[in-house]
Amino acid sequence: MRVVVIGAGIIGAACALALVERGAEVVVVDRLGVAGETSSRCEGNLLVSDKAPGPEAALAIASNAMWRTLAGRLDADRRDGQPATEFEAKGGIVVAFPGGEAALERFAAAQRATGIRAETLDAAALASAEPHLSPEVAHAVRYPDDAQVQPSNATQALLAAAMRHGARLVVAEVTGPIGGPGRIAGVRTATGAIPADVVVNCAGPWSAEVASRLGARLDIRPRRGVILVTTPMPQRVFHKVYDSDYVGAVGSGDAALQTSIVVESTPGGTVLIGSSRERVGFDDRPGVAPAGAIAAKAVRLFPFLERTILLRSYFGFRPYAPDHLPVIGPDPEIAGLVHATGHEGAGIGLAPATAELVAHAVLDAPTDLDPTPFLPTRDGLRETA
Amino acid sequence: MTHVAILGGGPAGLAAAQGALAAGARVSLLDEGDRLGGQFWRHHERLTDPRLQHGWHRFERLRDALARGDARVHVGASVWSAEATDLGVRLRAVVGAADADARTAVDVEADAVVVATGAHDLALPVPGWTLPGVTTAGAAQALAKRDGVAVGRRTVVSGAGPFLLPVAQSLALVGSDVVGVLEASRITALAAGWLPRPWELAGKAGEFLQYAGGLARHRIPYRTGSGVVRVLGDERVEGVVVAALDADWHPIVGTEREVACDAVALGHGFAPRLEAALALGCDLRGDHRGRFVVVDDAQRTTTAQVFAAGEVTGIAGADAALAEGAVAGFLAAGGALGDPRLRGPVTARRRARAFARRLERAHGIRPGWTAWVDDATIVCRCEAVTRRAIAERADVPLRAMRLATRAGLGPCQGRTCGRAVEAIVAEAGGAPASVGFDRRPVLAPVRIGEVAALAATDPAT
Amino acid sequence: MIRITVDGEPVRGRDGQTIAGVLIGAGRTAWRTSQTGDRGVFCGIGVCHDCLVTVNGVEGVRACRREAVDGDRIEREARP
Repeated sequence: MRVVVIGAGIIGAACALALVERGAEVVVVDRLGVAGETSSRCEGNLLVSDKAPGPEAALAIASNAMWRTLAGRLDADRRDGQPATEFEAKGGIVVAFPGGEAALERFAAAQRATGIRAETLDAAALASAEPHLSPEVAHAVRYPDDAQVQPSNATQALLAAAMRHGARLVVAEVTGPIGGPGRIAGVRTATGAIPADVVVNCAGPWSAEVASRLGARLDIRPRRGVILVTTPMPQRVFHKVYDSDYVGAVGSGDAALQTSIVVESTPGGTVLIGSSRERVGFDDRPGVAPAGAIAAKAVRLFPFLERTILLRSYFGFRPYAPDHLPVIGPDPEIAGLVHATGHEGAGIGLAPATAELVAHAVLDAPTDLDPTPFLPTRDGLRETA
Repeated sequence: MTHVAILGGGPAGLAAAQGALAAGARVSLLDEGDRLGGQFWRHHERLTDPRLQHGWHRFERLRDALARGDARVHVGASVWSAEATDLGVRLRAVVGAADADARTAVDVEADAVVVATGAHDLALPVPGWTLPGVTTAGAAQALAKRDGVAVGRRTVVSGAGPFLLPVAQSLALVGSDVVGVLEASRITALAAGWLPRPWELAGKAGEFLQYAGGLARHRIPYRTGSGVVRVLGDERVEGVVVAALDADWHPIVGTEREVACDAVALGHGFAPRLEAALALGCDLRGDHRGRFVVVDDAQRTTTAQVFAAGEVTGIAGADAALAEGAVAGFLAAGGALGDPRLRGPVTARRRARAFARRLERAHGIRPGWTAWVDDATIVCRCEAVTRRAIAERADVPLRAMRLATRAGLGPCQGRTCGRAVEAIVAEAGGAPASVGFDRRPVLAPVRIGEVAALAATDPAT
Repeated sequence: MIRITVDGEPVRGRDGQTIAGVLIGAGRTAWRTSQTGDRGVFCGIGVCHDCLVTVNGVEGVRACRREAVDGDRIEREARP
């Protein structure tokens, strides 16, 4: 079985590793190379805390568990010059300001019922966990399973592992399909054709464009997210700390600028502050409004940030489907084409479980995960965004 | 009335301001320094030895023109955001003591902008260059001129280009013993660059003679085809290894000798400060060996209402900056290139650009320098990233390489190491990048509280 | 003449000098702890951020760009 994986981001790299380890011959095709876009332009969140009960929460719980062994394996196997994943099971703390306590506690209670660990912290426990947090914070829930990787490095580690197992990387842009209508037999690229039995579309925000070049229809759109990075400093933030308004933003269909704040330290000593969400297509000029909004909320959460120097900001495009669920599984119209995309802001966390579902779709590999909610045939994909 | 914003108060920016005022515009000039003048006329009223200034009267005339005209000058202004808008440009700055917190927000909306952000020294990595006592040539110059202090008692000046001469002279005047000026280019390259068509160099030749006289007076040796290839010392500089360099700047084995010193001033050229131009959407030309803002004869960039002048368009020195600035300011204000008042600047610009070509031919960085950088040499000073670490990740996209190695991710954001990192990536077979490390959405350090203030206030127009 | 303190020790400088100018004038070449040893001034014009110090409790001030003010309390920064 020969598989072409389009996209060398986290999803493509994870799929390549899962497929090659299960015996497939894998060629990864990317127009830039490994982690050239979204996976180098995000935060590396492996979250369960932001998931409302439902199919994505189930996928997130499974994927979170898979990351623990995967990261250990990737780091143990890495060769000279390959980066570590920087996996850190630091846990997350979601906090609410006065007025938001009840909503947060209700959300946490619903999550507990699905198996997500969510511990309400009293004031003393919170002060000891995050001593620099604003005294204004009225309520806090700790999610011990929330974790973190350096997303670009984790992607590079995944692809390197796949390549050690025999996967190949071709840096070229996919221009079209090989094969007639209704059946794909590989891809054409700017540098030549690559025949394959199955083609997996992991092109993230560009997967609609890739699908269209392959003769398929897929409604995946980009959502822009801006992230701020501070100058390195002694560690003052010890978990991933979120304002509880994070909970509402992922699924929102509102096009206007929204922000939901996540603050955390990195091994490099910087503090990452995310993130905004805007539906503005592939507009690459975010301007200052997202940074201003993020900064204002971050300072409310951690007052010391007011005097902290902003070193840089970056943005990336997150792929989302009209119903805000990942799209994983065979294309309904073109045999041999499989999609794995639409993970919005959760692609890093959901990558291992997505790869297992792709291995199931391509190789009929066994899985305990339920693929049904994510299939491209679902009704939710036919809604307008 | 047209409102022209000017980014930078060095020769290009000051000339642009004068040009824009002459064409009838209102001007807002912003500079991060605490005084006008840029690096070229860096000064302090009481501390600067007047013998260290060049063309000072020109500065005074430009400064006075600005003071007389319809101009708002913001010094101590960190411009952290620049956006091209439908109506022109919008600049956001904080003004106050350098890196203070809660500085005053200054928001400038203008019909046009002249990007005159200049350049900084480009010091190539050398083993041991992170030791205290190693500075850029520009630092030695700035500390001598602005603060009246010498970076060391015994200083070696090493690098390339005519700028090393005034640096040595300044060091001598503030009391440092200058052990020598080491010019990497060989005499053949210098001859090829400087000897043809000597009449084009009228004026410049006098300047060189003046520096040469200064070096002779202070008994400072000037060596060509030579450079510092290693800095020695445990906790600070104790000496350097000097080697002869071939035409490609490759150190010649067997020529190494140790020289005792307590300071090293390195300057292998200049790197333009491109972040504002990039934020404004301007196209660049060139590759990792040198990228500059694309401008036409009117100093127009590829973004409407955005002009550029001075070192950001090509390293050509203060005369070019003055000429380009005059044109850019005049045209940004709506003046015409054919205006008789621009005849002088247009002629001067042609001459200055010919000078720039000579400069590159005689002193331009040659690829052999990477041979004096060993695997363990720190290339990215902020994050202590070695050459080996960078070369090992040369096969991934530049962005992924940076995140994997942290090269260029530290407080200076690749301003110091960017060109060296890209050269090492290219030498190791990495794919060329179009912009490299120059895109920096946060143009200057700003405190988060100062950014947060945006959300709280409706910025003034 | 101005007087500042550097990690508690008094240092004299000339009125108008930058913090870096005062420190170098006083014979100090290094005042920040990096991952690989001490650093002081490198670029001298605010580009490289090697010379960062804490000034009167505010972190991350470029010593080469900040004019010293009589009574300033300068503290060493260490890269975590």
